[in-house]
Amino acid sequence: MTALLEVEGLTTQFPGARGALSIVDGNDLRVERGEVLALVGESGCGKSMTALSLMRLVPKPGRIVAGQVRLEGRDLLELSVTEMRRVRGRRIAMIFQEPMTSLNPVIPVGDQVIEAIRLHESISRSEAKKRCRDLFVEVGIPDPEERLDAYPHQLSGGLKQRVMIAMALSTRPDLLIADEPTTALDVTIQAQIIRLLRDIQRDRGMSILLITHDLGIVNELSDRVAVMYAGRIVETGSRSQIFREPAHPYTRGLLRSNPTLAQPGQRLPEIAGVVPSPEEWGAGCRFATRCGDRFDLCDREVPDLLEIGDHRRTACHAIESGSARGGQS
Amino acid sequence: MLAYLIRRLTYGVGVVFGVLFFLFVLFFTVTSPDDVARKALGERVTPAVVEQWKINHGYDLPLFPAPGAWQENMLFEHYRRMLTFDFGRSDADDTPIADRIRSGMMPSLTLTLPLFVLSLLTAIPLALLVAFFRETYIDRLGVVISVLAMSVSILLYIIGAQYLVGRLLHWFPISGFDSDPQLIVRFLALPLLVGVLAGLGGDVRFYRTVFLEESNTDYVRTARAKGCGEGRIMVRHVFRNSLIPLLTRVILAIPFLFMGSLLLESFFGIPGLGAITVDAIQGNDFSVLRTMVYIGSLLFVFGQIITDLSYGLVDPRVRLE
Amino acid sequence: MESYIVSNWVVGFLLVGGAGLAWLVQRSRMWSQAFRDIWRRRRLAIGLIALYVVVALLDSVAWVGGVHPGEDAVAKHRARSVIDRLFADSQERSYSAPLAATEFYGGSALRKPGSHLLGTDLIGRDVLYLSLKGARVALLIGGLTSLLAIPLALLFGVPAGYFGGRLDDVVFFVMSTLASMPGLLLLIALIMVLGKSTLAICFALAITGWVGFCRVSRGETLKLRELEYVSAARALGVSEGRILVRHILPNLMHLVIITFVLMFSGLVLSEAILSWLGIGVDGSWGQMIDQARNELSRDPVVWWNVSAAGAALFGLILAVNFVGDALRDALDPRTAREAE
Repeated sequence: MTALLEVEGLTTQFPGARGALSIVDGNDLRVERGEVLALVGESGCGKSMTALSLMRLVPKPGRIVAGQVRLEGRDLLELSVTEMRRVRGRRIAMIFQEPMTSLNPVIPVGDQVIEAIRLHESISRSEAKKRCRDLFVEVGIPDPEERLDAYPHQLSGGLKQRVMIAMALSTRPDLLIADEPTTALDVTIQAQIIRLLRDIQRDRGMSILLITHDLGIVNELSDRVAVMYAGRIVETGSRSQIFREPAHPYTRGLLRSNPTLAQPGQRLPEIAGVVPSPEEWGAGCRFATRCGDRFDLCDREVPDLLEIGDHRRTACHAIESGSARGGQS
Repeated sequence: MLAYLIRRLTYGVGVVFGVLFFLFVLFFTVTSPDDVARKALGERVTPAVVEQWKINHGYDLPLFPAPGAWQENMLFEHYRRMLTFDFGRSDADDTPIADRIRSGMMPSLTLTLPLFVLSLLTAIPLALLVAFFRETYIDRLGVVISVLAMSVSILLYIIGAQYLVGRLLHWFPISGFDSDPQLIVRFLALPLLVGVLAGLGGDVRFYRTVFLEESNTDYVRTARAKGCGEGRIMVRHVFRNSLIPLLTRVILAIPFLFMGSLLLESFFGIPGLGAITVDAIQGNDFSVLRTMVYIGSLLFVFGQIITDLSYGLVDPRVRLE
Repeated sequence: MESYIVSNWVVGFLLVGGAGLAWLVQRSRMWSQAFRDIWRRRRLAIGLIALYVVVALLDSVAWVGGVHPGEDAVAKHRARSVIDRLFADSQERSYSAPLAATEFYGGSALRKPGSHLLGTDLIGRDVLYLSLKGARVALLIGGLTSLLAIPLALLFGVPAGYFGGRLDDVVFFVMSTLASMPGLLLLIALIMVLGKSTLAICFALAITGWVGFCRVSRGETLKLRELEYVSAARALGVSEGRILVRHILPNLMHLVIITFVLMFSGLVLSEAILSWLGIGVDGSWGQMIDQARNELSRDPVVWWNVSAAGAALFGLILAVNFVGDALRDALDPRTAREAE
């Protein structure tokens, strides 16, 4: 049986001073039905751009130059603009990092959700309004009847994000892309939103592609994890595999440097060096400049994402050649 | 809300007082009433004649208040007359200024009101269209044409249209005015055409920038992500938010419609306030010019208050504060 | 001092100043990067502007004597610019069409048949010559006015934004007062009161033009004042004056340049309107266009005078507008829009 979403060789480029830069560089992803896949990486690694590419919402002058995005076997990149519009919101919904600015300031939030419903279903306004109120109840908005007519500026950040989630759920999509859904919120609100997403996912059996840099959230929500570094996915695996036995040197460094998983009383290890900017990406492995396991091949050739175990893949020459210092460090 | 209105009005009154002071400095101290009298009467007159002229035109008081007589001076009189709309008589031909303004208002409005509406109706849809095709050759072409159009002096538009449409093609009369509604359309056609064309380039470019700024916002991305079509996004999401910056420009333009158009009116022989102003310039008629500047700023201050209040109509964030 | 000597000195200063500015730009990475970018995108427009500038400079360098021997005593002591000298013997009696051999009305022979590329005007002056001379007038209006308006705007706008309080209230009130008077009417009133000399007209244009930029520079200073590096400088005990000069002003430079360019075309176009109202600067393209009112009602029409002036005006404004757009994109896309 095919997965809900299969991405192959997805490449998105932006024009740079010296030729096009592949911000998303030939990536593969797979989201099964009812599963939460977390796409993890530092800011600027291309994970948001990956999400926007799936929706074909890459901001100009960027553009998708290669690859396939198959939703139930149908390549979204082949669809006409009108067909794609029917996929957006209806089959794949998306929520964003900035709830403050993601809602239209001059339209009541209820109307914005109703618009989303009525774009995809020919139902009356009053029916749509009723569903909107039910959704508000489901996502835990207090006084839903009054909130329907509220403007975004009258709601707190957490409530706005709940409205965004209600909007995303309104047409019962198969896949929800959540792009850093909690980053802009207070810590206490973050926990509520995470819990809400988990409950909704369980109740509805929906798939979620969770984009985040926060390993705590990944641990709490995800079934499987894909780690991204400098435009490329470097490792995929189940949550327990990634957290217990990370293979790729970057994943290992990422886990070691995470304060939530740190040992008390010990200095938090960090990954030496800085993330290279797209202009500095060389011919070889992009993590090579910061990698402890680096050898001569790493500077010459980009490693492929290869199967290393049960549903596990990683892109590392050292692991490929068996010279890595082992997964458990 | 009421407190805000009162504060706003008070400031507006302050600005009007400031304008009147500026006008006093300009028209009473930089050029004294004696200068004005000599300009009106010619250089070869006796001082007695000048004094008589000053008495006739109400310029015969000392300029500044003296101790004990704080009302008997030009500064006080200037404020009193302007604030009570007692504009007096023209320096050049002795006609009452208020009458001339009253007679000029209607012809001005018959030109400027349709011009205003037509300009909006052409520029905004065009700008929406250009913004809709952003980052394509249509957009680039639109911008280039706009810049070309706004680089041409309005004088050339007027001269060109009068020559081409009026003289070569004989479609419309070159200039003139009539109160008969049927004739008025024929007389107004050419100035309207010129007025719309001359402003189009700059307007389209301005509105396009506003629309483009709104198209790059997060909520437009949200609208796209929920499956909104580009046309719907433009009209429902971008345009409604653009109303906030648009209003400033549009509402502020309304009061000035009463002032007429200096160039169009005098070129096309429309006896409005613009033409009256041009006559005043050419006849060194300081009193008319002074009055026009004053009325203009009154209208502007009024328009600004209206603009501030109207933000509440389009921007819910302002409504509650 | 004779005015032509002043003019020669000004040309000298401009050349030295231009060279100095180019050297400064060369040294700053950000500026040289921006200018290289603009040059790449707007070669043609920049070239066109340079052409106008060269013509204007050639018309500003003047000296006495050395034209030709057959002149009367008065003409001999008049200073002539390079452009004057190029067209020294081009006077006809009245209109002639471009490259014509005879006068337009009457058909009597011209002194220099076929030599007037763009024809001659009512009193027989070569139109090409007049159009070239218009470049100096246009650049003088734009340049002199900006030179008055921009420092004025910075002088009031920056302290108002930086210090706030009473000072800001006063400056803001003055700006509101000036802005509430209809621009063109205020301009006309000022010129009628101040007189019709070039300097008075530029001064009037500056009074009406500085408010917009003052508002922008005040707003930008308000923003800059809150930035971390300014707070840091204050925390380190740097004096307020030094913060203004070292940290605020340099960060307003891009706005100054954008405003200068955007203001320039507006000023030259305003002068054309003033010329038509009879209060323009002598020798401007606006005055040539103004003559068209009579010329186009003649039969057959005299079209070359207004066309030449119109084209010269259009070329300059177009080039400046295109460069202005590119400058704004390269230096600052957002804040500059408010200046319009």
